[in-house]
Amino acid sequence: MIGGGKNDHDHDHDHLHQYDPGHQHPVQEDHDDTMTYYRVMEEAVRDLLIEKNFINAEQIRDQIEKMDARVPANGAKVVARAWTDKAYKKRLVSDPKSAINELGHDIGPMNLIVLENTESIHNVVVCTLCSCYPRWILGLPPDWYKSREYRSRVVREPRAVLEEFGTMINDSREVRVHDSTADMRYLVLPLQPNGTENYTEAQLVNMIGRDALIGVVEVAAPSR
Amino acid sequence: MDRDFTARSNHDMGGMMAGAINKDNHNYVLWEKRVDAMMMLLSNDLGILTVDQLRKGIESLPPDAYDKMTYYERWMASIANSLLESGVLTTEELGVKMKEIELKSANSEENSR
Amino acid sequence: MRRFDEGSMVKVKSYFPPSPPAHCRTPFYIRGCVGKIERVCGVFDNPEELAFGRVGVDKKTLYRVRFFQRDVWSDYKGSRSDKIDIELYDFWLEKIEGDQK
Repeated sequence: MIGGGKNDHDHDHDHLHQYDPGHQHPVQEDHDDTMTYYRVMEEAVRDLLIEKNFINAEQIRDQIEKMDARVPANGAKVVARAWTDKAYKKRLVSDPKSAINELGHDIGPMNLIVLENTESIHNVVVCTLCSCYPRWILGLPPDWYKSREYRSRVVREPRAVLEEFGTMINDSREVRVHDSTADMRYLVLPLQPNGTENYTEAQLVNMIGRDALIGVVEVAAPSR
Repeated sequence: MDRDFTARSNHDMGGMMAGAINKDNHNYVLWEKRVDAMMMLLSNDLGILTVDQLRKGIESLPPDAYDKMTYYERWMASIANSLLESGVLTTEELGVKMKEIELKSANSEENSR
Repeated sequence: MRRFDEGSMVKVKSYFPPSPPAHCRTPFYIRGCVGKIERVCGVFDNPEELAFGRVGVDKKTLYRVRFFQRDVWSDYKGSRSDKIDIELYDFWLEKIEGDQK
């Protein structure tokens, strides 16, 4: 095999280097090395916007770093605190922005509603029209959330969709779907699993995944 | 055909029949994050484009294109179309720039063989 | 202008805008359905105008409206208590009389 692949020129395809030589190479390997039509368009539009002084490369890098810092663990921390501190939970539900701010996270301009799961209600969130998601706390949504299959079906047959995620909700419990159609964004506050009443926040955080914050799964009780 | 009707748009899919949900997730690659970042800058920082314009542009894609394009390809098409509409970019300069980049990329592939 | 309060019974309209290039945030599946105002979310820029780049010129009241799933889908298979909450703008809603069944 000639050339040996990427080692000779592994920075070639990250064209940000052209404009910002001091940039650290990102840790995650850049797999987007095929110049597809829209990849070409992205570079062209970016180049033109930079040439015309609308934006610069540093701003783009900065946005990406900010975006990368928004991860589901932010949501998990909030939930873990709510589980261990009843007064905090009350504040979280009544004024999410302030309560989340208490933990050092700023949700920016996002209008967040916290949906508390109870013995009688299980909440699940979707955006049927596009992909609205509480990005300012959880970061970018998973592919399935944006898929035709999820967006089409969860409003009409939520229990079947939940089953596909391994979640069975008793008929005696209401399943409540929230379609994020306008300016509100949603974070599900899952039920604390049985057997974890004496767990520390740190222990609880590790149990709470992104899918529980969207509402397609519940937080599993610890296996013995 | 009854003329007094309201059409459903292709993106307006709540309640439509669909298959099993594929739970595989791909890690966002850099060019996709750059599209997202570009949109944040154009809307939040520069006020050139609203998120609603982005959505409208995506919704306006022909149904077949909407269904076959990836998520950030749809964003990119919508952003470019809006910038063309508002005159931030002209079709000529975008076309010329895209051609340049295509050629450069083809050349660098050639050189690496 | 706010025409409804929490608890008001409303019906979703079925009109314009019907399709691209105009933009709206009232899903097709909820048109014509009857629900109850769950909360008044506040006043926001009308997305139908924002979609044309017109910012800050048209403010409208946004509500969350709660529907019984069995009222939305004739073939709904879940529990009778299952619900769906959707954010809808004021001008997409009309007042109706009577109690929700």
